Amino acid sequence: MTELSAVAHRAVEAATGAGASDAEAYVSRESGREVRVHGGEVESLTAAVQSGVGIRAWVGHRVGYAYGTDLSETGVAAIAAGAAEAAAVADEDEFASPPQPAEFEALPGLGDPSIAEWEASRVAELAIAVERTALDSDPRLVAVEAAIYADADEQVAIASSTGVAGEYETSSCYAYLQALAEGEGARESGLGFGLARGPRGLDPEAIGAEGARRAMEMIGAGKPASRSCPVVLDETVAASFVGLIGGGLGARAVQRGRSPLAGRLEEEVASEAFALHDDGRAPEGPDSAPFDAEGVPRRRTALIEGGRLRAYLYDAYTANREGGASTGNAARQGYRSLPSVSASNLIVAPGDRSLEQLLAAAGDGVYVTDVAGLHSGVNPVTGVFSVGASGRMIRDGALAEPVREFTIAGELVAMLGAVSAAGAESRWVPFGGSVSTPPLLIAEMAISGS
Amino acid sequence: MTELLDQDVAARVLARALANGGRFAEVFAERRQGQSLAIDEQRIESVQSGAEEGAGVRVVEGNTTYFAHVDGLDPADLERAADEAAAALRGDRREPQPLQARATTPLPIERRPEDVPAAQKAEMLRELDERGRAKGAEIAQFTASYLEARRQVTVANSDGLFSGDDRTRVRIGAQTVARRNGTVETGAETLGAHRGYELLEDDPGQIAEQAATKALTLLDAVPAPSGSMPVVVGGGFGGVLFHEMTGHGLEADHIQKGASVYVDKLGDRVAEPLLNAYDDGRLPGEWGSDAIDDEGQPTQKTQVIEGGRLTSYLYDHLTAERAGVASTGNGRRESFRHLPIPRMTNTYIAPGDATPAEMIAEVEKGFYAVSFGGGQVDPATGDFVFGVSEGYLIEGGKVTSPCRGATLIGNCLDALAAIDAVGDDFFMKTGICGKGGQKVPVGTGQGHVRVRAMTVGGTER
Repeated sequence: MTELSAVAHRAVEAATGAGASDAEAYVSRESGREVRVHGGEVESLTAAVQSGVGIRAWVGHRVGYAYGTDLSETGVAAIAAGAAEAAAVADEDEFASPPQPAEFEALPGLGDPSIAEWEASRVAELAIAVERTALDSDPRLVAVEAAIYADADEQVAIASSTGVAGEYETSSCYAYLQALAEGEGARESGLGFGLARGPRGLDPEAIGAEGARRAMEMIGAGKPASRSCPVVLDETVAASFVGLIGGGLGARAVQRGRSPLAGRLEEEVASEAFALHDDGRAPEGPDSAPFDAEGVPRRRTALIEGGRLRAYLYDAYTANREGGASTGNAARQGYRSLPSVSASNLIVAPGDRSLEQLLAAAGDGVYVTDVAGLHSGVNPVTGVFSVGASGRMIRDGALAEPVREFTIAGELVAMLGAVSAAGAESRWVPFGGSVSTPPLLIAEMAISGS
Repeated sequence: MTELLDQDVAARVLARALANGGRFAEVFAERRQGQSLAIDEQRIESVQSGAEEGAGVRVVEGNTTYFAHVDGLDPADLERAADEAAAALRGDRREPQPLQARATTPLPIERRPEDVPAAQKAEMLRELDERGRAKGAEIAQFTASYLEARRQVTVANSDGLFSGDDRTRVRIGAQTVARRNGTVETGAETLGAHRGYELLEDDPGQIAEQAATKALTLLDAVPAPSGSMPVVVGGGFGGVLFHEMTGHGLEADHIQKGASVYVDKLGDRVAEPLLNAYDDGRLPGEWGSDAIDDEGQPTQKTQVIEGGRLTSYLYDHLTAERAGVASTGNGRRESFRHLPIPRMTNTYIAPGDATPAEMIAEVEKGFYAVSFGGGQVDPATGDFVFGVSEGYLIEGGKVTSPCRGATLIGNCLDALAAIDAVGDDFFMKTGICGKGGQKVPVGTGQGHVRVRAMTVGGTER
């Protein structure tokens, strides 16, 4: 048994010793680093190790939670006692009971040795290359606000009084930049990014070039006229919306009537061009793991197929409420948070059209390459949204002048119904969770500009 | 105030951090404790408590900051962090200045929330639930949450600073869903402060009623208009408009990287002469207040706009050093696991002399944004967007139908210059501001403010 698993088992014992009828402990240790570069120099270099334990205690059908960073024997005992005390404050909930153990299959390939092999100076070079590629691309590219590389290696162990026990290790890294271009009396910014399990999987030139291209394409942007028209969402924007759809498919929101997709199972909720599934074991998925945040094996769940809503996503609690089985979709924000149901890797099925074909099919419309204000401009309960956007006009089926300072507005489920085609090329995007999606053509959307 | 680390230990850690050279070193130690609970479906749930402690050590040399953080506050943990931070440096040892303890007075807490039994907090949430649901049969869902957080910090640096603070914040929130036939609407309200449980001794239940009223009002909403029009923004959280539109662009890190529309604008007229605005980390009991910032600098009141002219940026230690000015006490960090960066504290537009009624009466056709769900800005381009959580049409100088799904969008410099009236009904509200992956509590405030023209993005033509 590893040290982490030993802590988890000790924590479970401490909690049952403190009066819990059942207990579960989640222990994580993360070592990570971050390099920020500016002007060809390292601006900051961060190295860190952090670890902690979160203990969930059941006292009958009452649940309490406590977490902390003190993994010593007395530290863990204090946290365990805190969890049992917290349970006494909660109300009875007949569906609150600990998950039962289930066999899970190991998931190889989650770690990348290049994280450990690449020294700080080498990943700093990578970030500098990201910045330099952007700056060298065009004289109008005047600055890079930040070019950042970060990685993390995380070990997770879980144990419970019902016999759940498991551990895994996963690594991840990303690099991004915010490039600034100047022209026609204004400054424009552009984001470029890449994700991988280790630094060898990143292409610094591609990341730098993307940020530069996005910034330069916006030079001279004006406001489009207000109207309803076809819209093509690029992968990054489509991913943000797909993440919101994923939120509405979580059984907690559905059961409590706080999702635009509540009560719609087996109904037509999308066009046939839009198919979506969740896969907690996808080999390329940034959020992949052998089991979820409460030890339930991860799996693939078809969500929308043939335009119909096929399933919601469940953790153990929401599954109990319906007398069903968890889909392995319990998630946490680390040891500090109680598990709750959430999408893992959301994957939109690619279609067969190139971006050019999507634009041609749109004919006259807008290509949206960035959205802002999603946390305040989308109502997750009703699905009504209005968010800031920027991008390019589509004229005669091809990209034309840049536009910004407009909004796109509508309702999430209606938008799914209006997807008329999906692109062929998908990309993993870390916005709104972990999403793989191609660009999407929406037949009609409301644009508000001048 | 109890220091988290001994002065001698701090001195040793700083000496170790400068073992391989460096212009500046700092150790920031922190203990975080908190409790939270919620009510949903009339059941108390998500009861949790947490305790974390650790420290971050940074060493600055040239334009580079080396930073390491560790869990735990044992001297051995801190020295490990110092060694890690110093590892990449190759210079000669430097001696830090002798530490001189600086007395600070943390904001007063009358009733420590950790001394209040959790069962009493649960009862308070039950009262919110009852009050919210009592607003009408159309309230289909009600949830509320309670959060308390205490951060004890000690900071020491190689310039000889040794200081600390003890911060306690309490916040409650209420969210409602109202339903009528096929129509669903939501409403939310919060109450928070840098205070103890005394915050909730007055009448916490009123936020439940306010949240319920918002959702019920929206049941009669029409789709939001679209296009450019005069916009009257409500007091309190309406101040998030200024926070996004101007506050972020004044943070000196954006300025020094050329990533702000306010670069080289100090002294310039950026708004009508009626506009005065401040960042003030010393407002008693306010959500964004602290005795010192997270670099040990006493917080202060900084006027950023005086009579329409831009008067100051907001600095932390490093950006102030680079600009050759004094820090304005805006070096803040989410926790010991983060580097400090320039951040707002409580940012607000000072009260003017117009009344909200007059400001609205002068608008023939426009939009009244009472409150926002939040906002976002790209400081480099100045493009901003705000989601309106409660908005109405203004027709013939009168507030008429409530609107759903409105967003305000525009560019900072244009919108700031277009503020043509400021109300006398000033108050502050709480917000959580995200920047560079770090969330900090901030206060926003203003009286009613009118913007001559702004783009409202709705679905109605």
